[in-house]
Amino acid sequence: MQLDSILFYLFAVQILFSALMTITRRNVVYSAVWLISTLVGVAGIYLLQGAEFLAGVQIILYIGGITVLFLFVIMLVPVSEESKQRRFSSQLWIVLIVAVLLTGELGYFLWQGADSFQMGEPTPPAEIGTVTTNSEQIGQVLFSEYLLPFELASILLLVAMIGAVVMAKARPGAE
Amino acid sequence: MPVTHYLVLSMALLIIGTVGVLTRRNIIVILMSIELILNAVNINLVAFSDYLQNINGQVFTIFVITDAAAEAAVGLGILIALFRNKETVHADEIDILRW
Amino acid sequence: MDPLFTWTDFFVLKPAILLSLFGCGILLTDFLLKQGRWNALTALVGEGFVAVALWQHCEDVAANGQRFALGGSMAVDGFSVFFNYIFVVSAILAIIIASRYMDDEKSNRGEFYGLMLFAQAGMTVMAQGYELVTLFIGLELMALSFYVMVGFLRNELRSNEAAMKYLILGALSSGFLAYGFSIFYGISGSTNLAAIADAVAGREISDPVLLIALVTTSVGLFFKISVVPFHMWAPDAYEGAPTPITAYVSVASKAASFAMMMRIFLVPLVSVQELWMPLFGAVALLTMTLGNIAALTQNNLKRLLAYSSISHAGYILLGLAAGNETGLKGISLYILVYIFMNFGVFALISAMRREGHAAEDIDDLNGLMHRHPGYAILMLVLLLSLAGIPPMAGFYGKYFIFLGLLEAGSYLLAIAGALYVAVSAYYYFRIVRAMFLSESLEPAVIAPGLGTKIALVASAVFTLLIGLYPEPFINMATDSILLALR
Repeated sequence: MQLDSILFYLFAVQILFSALMTITRRNVVYSAVWLISTLVGVAGIYLLQGAEFLAGVQIILYIGGITVLFLFVIMLVPVSEESKQRRFSSQLWIVLIVAVLLTGELGYFLWQGADSFQMGEPTPPAEIGTVTTNSEQIGQVLFSEYLLPFELASILLLVAMIGAVVMAKARPGAE
Repeated sequence: MPVTHYLVLSMALLIIGTVGVLTRRNIIVILMSIELILNAVNINLVAFSDYLQNINGQVFTIFVITDAAAEAAVGLGILIALFRNKETVHADEIDILRW
Repeated sequence: MDPLFTWTDFFVLKPAILLSLFGCGILLTDFLLKQGRWNALTALVGEGFVAVALWQHCEDVAANGQRFALGGSMAVDGFSVFFNYIFVVSAILAIIIASRYMDDEKSNRGEFYGLMLFAQAGMTVMAQGYELVTLFIGLELMALSFYVMVGFLRNELRSNEAAMKYLILGALSSGFLAYGFSIFYGISGSTNLAAIADAVAGREISDPVLLIALVTTSVGLFFKISVVPFHMWAPDAYEGAPTPITAYVSVASKAASFAMMMRIFLVPLVSVQELWMPLFGAVALLTMTLGNIAALTQNNLKRLLAYSSISHAGYILLGLAAGNETGLKGISLYILVYIFMNFGVFALISAMRREGHAAEDIDDLNGLMHRHPGYAILMLVLLLSLAGIPPMAGFYGKYFIFLGLLEAGSYLLAIAGALYVAVSAYYYFRIVRAMFLSESLEPAVIAPGLGTKIALVASAVFTLLIGLYPEPFINMATDSILLALR
């Protein structure tokens, strides 16, 4: 086996195991820690595929930003009380049906075999001149082809900021 | 590594995330499960980007991460407002919240 | 090297740019001037500018046909112009209803109108987008603004809960949608709809990868248009949201999601039509069944209208299941008519109050005929239209969709749809009976502001006008068809 195969399976096992732990832990703090482990695994997968920039973004933004946000909110909620309560929703049977269907789908596709998965044709490496590094390539495409979504994303983040402030601000006269 | 392996990995992660959203009662864990789903999407995009030798997939990933951050911020904001009024973070203790 | 941003790009993007600018402007003026009453007016001025920009789009489409901007990520065509007008009309109606309602709820703040315009900017992008990333970000912009607006009455538990539920299921559906998009990227190596159309056309119909992409994308979009079995968020979100937002979500967000759905299914996926048309037919049938039957027993007006809106989504989806030009014309006309009839009813509901709280039950309408005969008659017009009774506008939307189904040979779906019209008539007549036949000892106060009155009257007038003189509106709907069907 080649090194990258070994690494792939290592990361895949880490991702799936941590994801399962994330959704089954009784204590939310443990869930958050397992979520971090999942995200690190995904960053590893990115590195394996030569997406260094995204691996960095994953660590800084996802783990450093989003998960910390989760942990902040967990601090506002009394965890000790949480952990005594039931974990799963009472309508588990609906979920079981959905899970069985989705897993059946996955099984069907696995059974079909790898040959039936035809993705698009890989393009031959284009002449990009001096642009070689991953972040440079991303920058080039982001600010030419995806300029519009980039600008829209700024409004999206503005809306998220307004939303978070409007929702989480203390009630006037409550405290 | 054949791209199929990544597709199967991402699909498994998608299933775990979906099951998490639908089964867990704790809203914070539900929001985490949504992050798992978006990570499944990203694994797909980066794998295809590598396979197709085409950087667009990685750029798409940046937008998905942006969206994940925005959704988490608003979701947790709403959760705090809810907690102020109700003192619960359990999905099925929200009276109207039944599915 | 080509310039990054040209005048054509600006022209195509103008509605979205204007909406974002006015959205930011409202936030700033609200903060700096602290003059709450100007916010709604500023938003209306913004809508006026957008309407002018759309008129220019309309002229341009008549002269040049379809046009693309920014490397093919946005398009201007009859389809986008039509849907953009729909968003403008529904935003105007929502704003003029909201200014009074939010005052009554003591939540009339600038952010509310800013978010309304940002949501509309997202919708504009959804109708014009021709590329997956743009469509996805547009959708998220709309959805996030709506999550916040639904929960805007943040001191009310009901509003918080509605927003939470809307967000969880909305985010789940966005995840599925993005998953489908990622696979479309995988099979084509591009995010442009035209390139994806080529890649999809070169594939077998039974291709498993295509199947995953199709299923996940459909699931994501089915959530957004709230059709069965992905409708469970709608009644709760509609009931808990501020009434003007309920109307805005049920009309504009649904119209935008349908626009995006049509872009995706009629451009890249048109070559696998055989695959998704039966799926849509089945989902539409299920939706009409559940929506209509669940509406029969509701006592809360907003909840009743939520279920009725689910069944309306089923009817609109039938137009796509027919998959021919008549069906698509029916979709456009149906959505146009649906704005007016739905907004009219919600305008009246938003004006009903009982002891300082919003009154939302059918019983609160008891004896309306004796107290306010004018409102009762306007409501009668709107409800008859919602039920699809012939002289009213609602009839024509259904008529073209059924005609499309008959042309496509789907007699079973057409018959089922027609039967459910009878079922829906029952629950709309429950409201009519309450207004005309029941007496009330403690009537709810109905005190609409000027804006609400205008919205109510304008909605009823348009409902009648489209019903009595449908030709120009049918022509508008015809111009809006996406000509991509085989």
